[in-house]
Amino acid sequence: MQQVVTGLASGGVYALLALALVIIHRSTGVINFAQGEMATLSTYVAWTLIAHHGWRYWPAFVATLALSFVGGVATHRIVIRPVEGGSVLRIVIVTIGMLIAINGFVIWQWGGEPQALRSPFGTDTFDIGGVVVSSHDIGTIAVALGIVVLLWALFRFTKVGLAIRASAVNPVEARLVGVRVTWMLALGWGLAATLGAVAGILTAPTVGLDPQMMQAVLIYAFAAAVLGGIDSPAGAVVGGLLLGVLLNMLSYLTQYDLFDWFSEELRLPIALLVILVVLLVRPSGLFGRPEVKRV
Amino acid sequence: MRTLLELDSVQARYGPVQALHDVSLTVVEGEVVAVLGANGAGKTTTLRAISGTVSRSGVIELDGKPLKGGPETAARAGIAHVPEGRGTFVDLTVDENLRLGAYTRRDRSLKEDVKRIAGYFPWIAERGGQRAGTLSGGEQQMLALARALMSKPRLLLLDEPSLGLAPMVVREFFRTVRDLNEREGLTVLVVEQDARIALSISARAYVLEVGRVALTGTSAELRDDEAVRRSYLGY
Repeated sequence: MQQVVTGLASGGVYALLALALVIIHRSTGVINFAQGEMATLSTYVAWTLIAHHGWRYWPAFVATLALSFVGGVATHRIVIRPVEGGSVLRIVIVTIGMLIAINGFVIWQWGGEPQALRSPFGTDTFDIGGVVVSSHDIGTIAVALGIVVLLWALFRFTKVGLAIRASAVNPVEARLVGVRVTWMLALGWGLAATLGAVAGILTAPTVGLDPQMMQAVLIYAFAAAVLGGIDSPAGAVVGGLLLGVLLNMLSYLTQYDLFDWFSEELRLPIALLVILVVLLVRPSGLFGRPEVKRV
Repeated sequence: MRTLLELDSVQARYGPVQALHDVSLTVVEGEVVAVLGANGAGKTTTLRAISGTVSRSGVIELDGKPLKGGPETAARAGIAHVPEGRGTFVDLTVDENLRLGAYTRRDRSLKEDVKRIAGYFPWIAERGGQRAGTLSGGEQQMLALARALMSKPRLLLLDEPSLGLAPMVVREFFRTVRDLNEREGLTVLVVEQDARIALSISARAYVLEVGRVALTGTSAELRDDEAVRRSYLGY
């Protein structure tokens, strides 16, 4: 149905950002609270290239992804590396600090007024068997799916992907076989930043580009990542799509008495509720493996 | 017969704790040398000093060139270090573990090497897709050895391979190491608690005590000297 398709599109965006969170957590053990703001920054960069420097859409898109990648690598090496082995609290404070700093920078640089970033897929709508879908939604689903497949192939088949996976599970042994573990972890951050950039660029056309754009999306991404299992990439994707469809279905179901309490403002609280429930009932999520600590 | 590895007055520390005070040893190319001693004598630390896993000072030279930097540098210089506990990548498959072993190699002859190594570990070819964590201890030890061989190392460091393994498995493992040494000229430095089995395949041995070399000699000498065996080697 219609809500399912729209739900899959927004779910695709949640999945991308959730994937970024999972990659970073799995490789460096850090919950990156600044992931949303990094995505917002990337989207503003893309917008600036298009609106202020007259770039065409796809070259700006690619350039933004490249810049985001470098930014992610640099963030790991400069900001995260010094605090990596330390206490969890310290790392959390650092990423929250990044969140505030980047948000402040974006407001300072571009102002708080919403800007328009058009969708590369146009604004057409199609009628497929009674279901009306927008070209942007289809494009979003296609891009999200495509990136997930690419990422899977990277991790599964390439030497670099193998090195990143090895660095995440066994950094000491990885160094012994010659893997430059610190660089691999930085690459992970670069990949995550790139994913965030795509998520941001796909979100801006629908909600408008402003400094707070990704804040709600980040919460949804967290819910998706926790639901799927904070260390499971597959879980992040499934969780994101599930959450997107679920939230949209609730909108649709308000016409029935059972669900008429639901309104748009409840989307965010429901996502937070998902996080709470999952952590209470099955902390490792749908696909995660329970963490065993030997005493 | 040239010296492949030379350690001279090597010290090593874990933070404030000095684990090696003054360790000097040599390994000649093509030799199997054993490092023996009680728990806490510094055997594992010696291997870690060589591979750069622990902070160290003193002279450590591979083929006349000083070894500096961390484990990544040592791996690129041709040192394969099989750590205590085998260091298996348990979440990855057997094949992926082997691929990681060959990480530093740039040449394309990997397939032939996998075949050559499969000759010593025939079961590996069939279990490529199996998750390495589900292998038995003995199989993981063999996998660790195969992984080390994939890098075509000039020097193989083995850290307590007998740990946690059944005696029959240990014998088979050491037989394989001896075969590799005899057929391929692989140079091996093996750290062991089980002095008897280590001496059975090594040409020379060093006995460590509290971070220093207490005794050294040919394996034959050490085996035949009952006093040495009783006081240093425990049998």
